[in-house]
Amino acid sequence: MEPISIEGTPKTPTVKFDASTGIIEIKGRSIPENSIEFYRPLVEWLEEYGKNPQAMTTVNIQLEYFNTSSSKCILDVFKKLEAIKKARNEVVINWYYEEDDEDMLEAGEDYESIIRIPFKMIEVVD
Amino acid sequence: MSFDLEERFKKMNTGEILLAYKGSISAELITNVLGVVETKLDHVIDKSSTKKKIYNVLVESLQNLYHHVDDLPETNGEDLDVHFGIFVISKVNDDYEIRTGNFIRNDKINKLKERLEKIKTLSKEELKELYKFVLNNQKFSDKGGGGLGLIDIARRTDGNINYNFDNFNNEYSFFNLNVIITNQ
Repeated sequence: MEPISIEGTPKTPTVKFDASTGIIEIKGRSIPENSIEFYRPLVEWLEEYGKNPQAMTTVNIQLEYFNTSSSKCILDVFKKLEAIKKARNEVVINWYYEEDDEDMLEAGEDYESIIRIPFKMIEVVD
Repeated sequence: MSFDLEERFKKMNTGEILLAYKGSISAELITNVLGVVETKLDHVIDKSSTKKKIYNVLVESLQNLYHHVDDLPETNGEDLDVHFGIFVISKVNDDYEIRTGNFIRNDKINKLKERLEKIKTLSKEELKELYKFVLNNQKFSDKGGGGLGLIDIARRTDGNINYNFDNFNNEYSFFNLNVIITNQ
């Protein structure tokens, strides 16, 4: 499978999905007006990857900002990962949040309670 | 004249203005405004959590405008830019305020009012549950938000939202939304 590598912009995150290592990364800002367009290929990639995933998939989400338009799309990403986990593969989700960013920590907890994969909450200290 | 936009805009300009705008609301404009405001906030606020809160609420407020502005029919004689909206970001005493204004069709008012009234009365915990419910159960429109924007703003500001509708004519009103972010 071809990896995905997208450079970040002021409104969209840096994305690195690599099937050969099983490492999935989304970092930066996700605040586009219409996020469905941006996330569709990512969700499709995960759908494909889910057919033959690595024994262990590591997911690193490190968002500084995301808007409500992205929130549903990010949930779609997590739902694909949940399906991979349900098929008896290991999936580790690392949710990074900046020191004092309670809102971002809470956002991670919201997702965790919806998709039922435990998150590792990692505080990033400047 | 019973409906003076210029006067309205002036009235919104209270406190110490960080940025005030009236005109067409586009995606490019929002990108530029976010860039300018972020730089300004870096200069005036030390606490990064307050800065982030303001930025987040600003993103949702401006994108709400972007998605929900109604254009007046050209025959109304107002000669406005397409996708016309107003917003003012200001510091009032120690708090920050984000005010937005846009035209809305009168037939949408009741539904929006109901949503706002409901959101304003919910506790922090109830807002969290509502957010998660809408996130997980409601299909998003092509516009993207699916009604999460206002809930998100309410969560981040503890429901510190005021609004009113001013009647423009029998088809349209002007919707004012004022969100207050306390500088804790």
